[in-house]
Amino acid sequence: MSIVTPGFHGRGRPAADLPPGQYLTEDFPVLSAGPTPRVPTGSWTFTVTTETGREYRWTWAELLALPAETVTVDLHCVTKWSKLRTTWRGVPLDTLLADVETAADFAVAESYGGYTTNLPLADLLDGQAWIAYSYEGEDLTAEHGGPARLLVPHLYLWKSAKWVSGIRLSHDDEPGFWETLGYHEYGDPWREQRYQGD
Amino acid sequence: MTHTYVDGNALAGPLADLFAVDLTTAVLRCAGCGRTGPLAGLHVYQKAPGLVARCPGCQAVMVRLARTPTRVHLDLHGTLALAVSLPS
Ligand SMILES: [Zn+2]
Repeated sequence: MSIVTPGFHGRGRPAADLPPGQYLTEDFPVLSAGPTPRVPTGSWTFTVTTETGREYRWTWAELLALPAETVTVDLHCVTKWSKLRTTWRGVPLDTLLADVETAADFAVAESYGGYTTNLPLADLLDGQAWIAYSYEGEDLTAEHGGPARLLVPHLYLWKSAKWVSGIRLSHDDEPGFWETLGYHEYGDPWREQRYQGD
Repeated sequence: MTHTYVDGNALAGPLADLFAVDLTTAVLRCAGCGRTGPLAGLHVYQKAPGLVARCPGCQAVMVRLARTPTRVHLDLHGTLALAVSLPS
């Protein structure tokens, strides 16, 4: 009997350039663990909180005023679908974290609606992560995490927190929503790190 | 708008792996708002890496269940109490 339903959108054809165990999909499945938050951009904020409790906050207008990048990346979901060559626009975390004073090694992404996911701070830096607000040239819809989501495409997609509201920095690795329910603390799709112990 | 969740009966089969009693008529109390109601009344989100059951009153997470190849993970920390009828 199957609790998790990988491939509930149907299995596509396998492709050589996919991580192990993944299948290719052309659509963009919507996965959700709760009601879709509707966050007006007028009240949206993004907050970085350091290990000392210091906060750095941006409004929607302040986010849009920062230099943005357009990136084309592949997405790999732990439920086994992969979607290739998706194009996003957003602000690199390098820019948002540039002036943040921290000695932390770990980060927890927090979302409107209560979702959390953890990752090493290093994985948010060096051009690996963005606060994305546009998908394929359009405003990011709420179903896909808009008005803005974290985008960390080198890890399984559950790390790319939808409806992101902030990043909390910490000396300790604090497991998030799926990481406390048997999923891997890091989640590298190329090493097939789906579950604890993989 | 179409519902993105199904009713709590979706938990009954998976929970049968863990519990010897039938939980479909079990009554649960929400740790978020104190609301009490049957398992079948929960809102279960299943298009996700695991099953996430939420209180129909306050939307707080009451039950989370995920199956990996080697383990079943159950999180009930959003449920204050669980009442199960005994066979008469
Ligand atoms: Zn409740």
